[in-house]
Amino acid sequence: MRAYVASRLAQTALVVFLSLSAVFFLVRLSGDPVLLFMPMDIQAKDVNEFRQRLGFNDPLPVQYARFVGGAMRGDFGESLRYRRDALGLVLERLPPTLLLAGTSLLLTVVVAVPLGVVSAVRRDSVLDHVGTISTVLGQATPGFWLGLLLIYFFSVQLRWLPTGGIGGLAHLVMPSIVLAAFYSARIARLTRSAVLEVLGEDYILTARAKGLGENRVIGKHALRNSAIPIVTLAGLEAGQILGGAVITETIFAWPGLGRLTVQALLNRDFPVVLAAVFFISLMYTLINLAVDLLYGWLDPRVRLP
Amino acid sequence: MKKWLGIALTLAALLSALGAPWLTAHDPLRTDFAQSLKPPGAPGHPFGTDQLGRDLLARLLHGARLALFIGGCTVIVTAIVGGVLGLVAGFVERWPSTVLMRIVDVQLSFPFILLAMTINAIVGLGLRNIILSLSAAGWVVYARVVRGEVLSVKQRDYVHAAMALGIGRPRLVVRHVLPNVAPSIIVVASLQFSSFIVAEAAISFLGFGVQPPTPAWGSMLSESRDFFYVAWWLAAFPGAALALTALGVNLLGDWLRDTLDPKLRV
Repeated sequence: MRAYVASRLAQTALVVFLSLSAVFFLVRLSGDPVLLFMPMDIQAKDVNEFRQRLGFNDPLPVQYARFVGGAMRGDFGESLRYRRDALGLVLERLPPTLLLAGTSLLLTVVVAVPLGVVSAVRRDSVLDHVGTISTVLGQATPGFWLGLLLIYFFSVQLRWLPTGGIGGLAHLVMPSIVLAAFYSARIARLTRSAVLEVLGEDYILTARAKGLGENRVIGKHALRNSAIPIVTLAGLEAGQILGGAVITETIFAWPGLGRLTVQALLNRDFPVVLAAVFFISLMYTLINLAVDLLYGWLDPRVRLP
Repeated sequence: MKKWLGIALTLAALLSALGAPWLTAHDPLRTDFAQSLKPPGAPGHPFGTDQLGRDLLARLLHGARLALFIGGCTVIVTAIVGGVLGLVAGFVERWPSTVLMRIVDVQLSFPFILLAMTINAIVGLGLRNIILSLSAAGWVVYARVVRGEVLSVKQRDYVHAAMALGIGRPRLVVRHVLPNVAPSIIVVASLQFSSFIVAEAAISFLGFGVQPPTPAWGSMLSESRDFFYVAWWLAAFPGAALALTALGVNLLGDWLRDTLDPKLRV
């Protein structure tokens, strides 16, 4: 077990390193960003001096070696736009993103799992049909459009909620609903089919035959046994929520990592892009590792090598 | 029910895309400031006009053209690239295959939309580059699914029999393996199609991808934010068009999966 975790952590490090390298080379091949930050009437000599100072004039292998050396020590360079340490900037934006992603994930699980279970248990009831239709719609509705609709109704028309920014609980409501909507739909659909599959098993029949109450049959036997695919998907979603956060944060002006990444990409602020890529791929792979470890706990039949 | 709704919505999107120049007399790019921000139902403009007086219906129809073109091209490119690489990786179980699958793992360790957006920011904006970016981010799914299928098909008796008869490698792949892998490729393609369309809209919405004034649903939605208080229709219709198209294609994909390959998980 310990060896397994160690080897997975080593793999994580490798994956993060490879994705950073890929982004580094792609970024450098796409030209240098210096001109974007210069006033229109600048002299060529000054541009060159600026390039020299930022190290863009060195050969690519030298730049790469310097980048790797810096990244090892957590130094991604200085943001070209904010003139500040890129890593510090990213770390500052991390808590709002974690807050938003965590709230959405919680909301997803609290809404989607019960909905899926009830749909499966009361199959073909009105509730099941309403649930199916809303999950199909939820899956097809693009998050950024849902965000715009919510802002229109709750901020512009009703004036109940702020249109964006970070602050109290009221600021958290719409972004987390938007982020949770899509993922809830998928998890609810999967929960429904997973529970339906388990309900046909012999041990459910046995549990009922021995006179166990329906609530315990569902809660203890059915749900526990259908947990594996649900946890898998929830784990994959947890990673994708990081991607969804990019769009949601932009719509609601949420000062998180996603919005910072979009702005850094638009401004070609590459040190910030690289620092953000580092954190996103690190979190994503660690979440996947956590999900794999959860399997062993949920289902003792799963032997981790 | 699901099947017919899927077919109907997809057909509607397809007809709008193909028939755009004939379904409306308006040019989606022609501005007319005297007619700006007319609400739906205004004479000559059933869906209203935008801030520059351009006809919204014309822009929606041409937007469908663009969305389906980008989605279609991306699906074709990813299916061919990912499919071929998956076939090779399934057959050649030596180091090239290992390297390829590691690349797939690395790419899957990054959220799809973010990857496509990053690539797009680096390679540059515009129609060709958004197709390129989505393809570069999306091919891995095919590679993984196809490789898995090939590994299992290779163990079947008919493949062993064909090999025992002395059939050549290329013939074996084309005649015996490909037809058995094709259903999964079709299913993955249909499920990917809508996510490509939505991803393109999201990326254009954020300011990358297809640029104004080209009528792309994503950039139309992005522009609509400035006129939110006065013109709800600019946000409502492009979003609804996108959602209905995605819904139709999703339903069609679900139905295809249930019919062709019920056990496939993507």
